[in-house]
Amino acid sequence: MTANPDRLGQAGEKAAPRKAAPGHYILKLYVAGQSPKSVSAITNIKKICEENLQGRYELDVIDLYQQPQLAQGEQIIAIPTLIRKLPPPLRRIIGDMSNTERVLVGLDIRKKA
Amino acid sequence: MTNPKPASKAKSTPKARPQLPKSPTGIQGLDEITGGGLPKGRPTLVCGGAGCGKTLLAMEFLVRGATEFNEPGVFMAFEENANDLTQNVASLGFDLEDLVARKKMVLDFVYIERSEIEESGEYDLEGLFIRLGSAIASIGAKRVVLDTVESLFAGLPNPLILRAELRRLFRWLKDKGVTAIITGERGEGTLTRQGLEEYVSDCVIVLDHRVSEQTSSRRLRVVKYRGSTHGTNEYPFLIDEDGISVLPVTSLGLQHIASFERVSSGVARLDAMLGGAGYYRGSSVLISGTAGTGKSSLAAHFADAACRRGERVLFFSFEESPSQIMRNMRSIGIDLQPWIKNGLLQIHADRPSSAGLETHLALKHKLIGVFKPQVVIMDPLNSFVIGDNQIEVKSMLMRLVDFLKTRQITGLFTNLAQSGSPVEQTDVAISSIIDTWLLLRDIDSGGERNRCLSILKSRGMAHSNQIREFLLTDHGVELRDVYVGPEGVLTGSARLTKEAENEATLLIRNQEVELRRVELERKRTTLEAQIAMLRAEFAVQEVASSKIIG
Repeated sequence: MTANPDRLGQAGEKAAPRKAAPGHYILKLYVAGQSPKSVSAITNIKKICEENLQGRYELDVIDLYQQPQLAQGEQIIAIPTLIRKLPPPLRRIIGDMSNTERVLVGLDIRKKA
Repeated sequence: MTNPKPASKAKSTPKARPQLPKSPTGIQGLDEITGGGLPKGRPTLVCGGAGCGKTLLAMEFLVRGATEFNEPGVFMAFEENANDLTQNVASLGFDLEDLVARKKMVLDFVYIERSEIEESGEYDLEGLFIRLGSAIASIGAKRVVLDTVESLFAGLPNPLILRAELRRLFRWLKDKGVTAIITGERGEGTLTRQGLEEYVSDCVIVLDHRVSEQTSSRRLRVVKYRGSTHGTNEYPFLIDEDGISVLPVTSLGLQHIASFERVSSGVARLDAMLGGAGYYRGSSVLISGTAGTGKSSLAAHFADAACRRGERVLFFSFEESPSQIMRNMRSIGIDLQPWIKNGLLQIHADRPSSAGLETHLALKHKLIGVFKPQVVIMDPLNSFVIGDNQIEVKSMLMRLVDFLKTRQITGLFTNLAQSGSPVEQTDVAISSIIDTWLLLRDIDSGGERNRCLSILKSRGMAHSNQIREFLLTDHGVELRDVYVGPEGVLTGSARLTKEAENEATLLIRNQEVELRRVELERKRTTLEAQIAMLRAEFAVQEVASSKIIG
């Protein structure tokens, strides 16, 4: 699991300047501890990323229980929330990511049918 | 076995009933209605239509809590961002930035943009909980406001989840022991759009902004307060530069203390008519009369006299501007300018239609509370009657009079009687709550109008039953005795004519008397002369006779 608080801070700050090649995804998944929805969201999103974005994504998993102050800055209300920082525009997907189709549409990986 | 007995006895002794712990809002009047504030540690729902003051009430609750009761608070806004909020309430003298800097308050703006959000599977609002929990923990908040949490329904999919989560949120807030205000927009047929009242059921306050007869008034009602008694009426409230003030008009008891002190009406002859000493302090005085009979002038006299005694006077004018009043009063020799300058007199002029009756009442309460006058003058009352609202006007005035009496403020009201209608009747039908009622009347005779004053009633004093003629001179109001004679009561030039006539009659009579006297004197002189002559004759005869005899 990449839920590393220190790393996250850096990643958050450097996300913009470190603008990778087009098509590079920076994703952040906000979860709350080990709640069933959080756990399944982590599993689901990892699977989706590996299958669709292999090699061109960064995924941070942030546990809000560990860093509650981030909830305000990132405007997190619902849990789990996946935020697509890059490429713009900013996108949010809420839920346990069980609906792969909608995750892909939400991330603009697949166009809405 | 001796021990339990005293204990049980102690239990049975009358003690203060356990009161639900309450969290004072610090909002003027609201604490009186709710008997001390909102239920402590529980959520309260404040709902109402758009622009009725929900956010403001909630914000004032937090600000007062932070500044007056040392209870820091968290404001979670779903509609306005922190900057907007700060600016909006700055006009009410709330400095949110300062409070935030002093860690007395946290402002958190929850931004939800539906178009950015995609839903994939089940979610919950744990993020909101964490966020709120962290904000509460960061300053040790005791109060929380969720300003229109219902916006979540517009921003997030799946209302079923939201409902369940909100229910959990309110329970969570209760467990946290924070006193919370949750605001909600009024819905069709329900108190809130999403039926939040089903979840937040400890205390529900409804705000209302109503327009009738083209004037608006804000009202507040405590619909429900579990575990506590509360005022159930609709109370008018004001939003002004000091925030919200609710007007608790519950005290309709007649418990006020009657003063024996008398205050001069400003007109010496009128004082003489009123049992020789003027009005009672704290009584209500009504001056009614048709147009141009000098009601305002009498009012100004009273104001002037009060200021001379060093008392504060609050003058509400509903038809003339302050400068107009001053100019007009100067023409009869009453100069109010110095009293305004030294702060004893305040004139508030506004049209009755500027606000609803309740708002007027609330405004007046507030001004009276701030200025603490000994005398309140309202000129004239009947301009409040617009259309068919006499009952409301009466109830408003009754509350006002009661309020003044409980504060020992002498109230003087004028009422413009419509010519043609019986003068002993006011448009607003408040005669029964008036202690002293002066009647001004035009008497139209001999081609001229003359003003007359009489006392219709004056509770608690022996007052004159006579009509006095009433003159407006350049040195104020003057009362004259009217002519009462065989031809009835005469005023004005009829009185003058009669008086002249009387004088002439008297003169003629005097002259006649003088004439008689002179004649009598002449007769007496003549008689005396005759007597003297006879005497002299007799003396001569005597001398002659005595010579012959002798």
